Amino acid sequence: MELIINGIVNAIKLLFSGDPEVLQITFLSLKVSGIATGLSLLVGLPLGTVLAFGQFRGREFWLSLINTGMALPPVVVGLGVSLTLWRSGPLGTLSLMYTQTAMVIAQFIIAAPVVTGLTVAALQQLDPRLHLQLLGLGASRWQSIWLLWREARLPLLAALMAGFGAVISEVGASMMVGGNLRYHTRVLTTAIVLENSKGNFDIAIALSVILLGLAYAVTLGLTWAQQRSVRRG
Amino acid sequence: MNLLEIHDLTVQRGGKTVLNVPHLNLRSGETLAVIGPNGAGKSTLMLSIAQLLDGAQGEFHFRGERLRPRDALTFRRRIALVLQNPLLLDASVFDNVAVGLRFRRLPKDEIRRRVDFWLDRLGIAHLRDRAAHHLSGGEAQRANLARALAIEPDLLLLDEPFGALDAPTHARLLDDFHTLLSDTNISAVFVTHDQDEALLMGDRVAVIIAGELRQIGTPEAVFNTPADADVAAFVGVDAVLPGMVTGFENGCALVETGGLQLEAVGNAAPGQDVWFCLRPEDVTLWAGSGDLPLSSARNQLQGRVARLQRQGPVVRVEVACATPTGEYACTLAAFVTRPSALEMGLAVGKSVSLTFKASAVHLLPR
Repeated sequence: MELIINGIVNAIKLLFSGDPEVLQITFLSLKVSGIATGLSLLVGLPLGTVLAFGQFRGREFWLSLINTGMALPPVVVGLGVSLTLWRSGPLGTLSLMYTQTAMVIAQFIIAAPVVTGLTVAALQQLDPRLHLQLLGLGASRWQSIWLLWREARLPLLAALMAGFGAVISEVGASMMVGGNLRYHTRVLTTAIVLENSKGNFDIAIALSVILLGLAYAVTLGLTWAQQRSVRRG
Repeated sequence: MNLLEIHDLTVQRGGKTVLNVPHLNLRSGETLAVIGPNGAGKSTLMLSIAQLLDGAQGEFHFRGERLRPRDALTFRRRIALVLQNPLLLDASVFDNVAVGLRFRRLPKDEIRRRVDFWLDRLGIAHLRDRAAHHLSGGEAQRANLARALAIEPDLLLLDEPFGALDAPTHARLLDDFHTLLSDTNISAVFVTHDQDEALLMGDRVAVIIAGELRQIGTPEAVFNTPADADVAAFVGVDAVLPGMVTGFENGCALVETGGLQLEAVGNAAPGQDVWFCLRPEDVTLWAGSGDLPLSSARNQLQGRVARLQRQGPVVRVEVACATPTGEYACTLAAFVTRPSALEMGLAVGKSVSLTFKASAVHLLPR
């Protein structure tokens, strides 16, 4: 019990000390997960739209693949990306292993199916005739799709939150492809694992509190935007 | 002048033809009411006209020019589509009515002017800033119509726009919209399964049954002289009986149907198989089965009330008609008002007489 109490006390001290390394780790976590989520949105939103409204052969197959991808274990993603980026792997010449880029790639692979799958669900809950109605009022395809995204903005924000939540909290893939290199690829989750294994529970607790706070702050911002839309609606 | 002309339109689904329209035209300023039972292909026709159905094959000419697939967006910006469900966006009433104008990138001042004008014209100016999702069904449909009319389209396509409204709202909105269409002279295709709506709105009426355009003409022509038995049944000809023309007498065709010898005005050759069509509103009912006073009605039958059914302000009376030998021949229906039904003491099993004029009968070749 004393261990936990000491850990919490030291964590509070660490949090308010403005330790530069902790700040650097926090910033890097936000950067890697933010970029990965942003990229997954860029890919997931159009892809989800095509899967939601498109009528083409193999659509169900791709949908089932995306839905399976939503439950992709991060360590499996880490393994796949490692094998691809390893010196002797297909993309080994790019020398991306143990870089922040490798971490972004791995986290993108985790977040993209989540954002895509939830985008499909969000758009399919709209009245299917709304698309026709907008076209019938003179909308171009893009004008219509833009308005459909706007109509589904609440569940689409939820998709974004789910994607960010999946990557900010994962540790397996980041550890495997980033290598947890101090000042380079160490993020909050990998740092927590390291400090825990070293017995530095106070630091591990402090980093956990920061991780939770970070996840909460980002989702709070998105939730605020989401609920503001509800009130305005 | 024809605003729209359609040639050889076919739509297939799963290898089956679900719509076949060899020719259809819409004149400038005209309202064409398209009627037919549910699933007949009316909405498919509407979406085909709007160039929103990928599988539609056929030629469309708009203001004399043939529409090509690459012209679809340009064409859609000259029309406006109104569906049964208002499908308003999660935005204010103003923004909803403005949406079509914003698609066309009109200047803001022009958008404001047109939206305010049409909100006022549809009687919902006071709802301008309200969230569209907080509107009642009637208000939402008015906003839906304002959204389409604000575009000031060359052609308005309306797919059962009043079908989901309660009766009083339906009547009010239909009346307002009819006045509005007459005042503005906008060309429109108005899809409905409600014959009263078609009669009120349509300068001409097209009937689609089982994916086929069966008849097109003035409301009087379609409702009084339906082209075939299916059209007759749909437009409210209650009795469509199989019969055969046995001869002519004093300019009237004598038709044998179910053991009865009836008279009808119509063009049919002796020996020809025909459908004998009669509307319930053309049948007069008499209490009792005795001799009737002399009248101009050429057909007089005896029978018993088989069924009474209230239909709004009238009662539909089904009468099992008997041949002179007393055998059951057929069932004919008549509409009587409720006071008449009470005064005549109508009840199931009661003996009655019925009469109808030979000119009330419409003969169709069988």
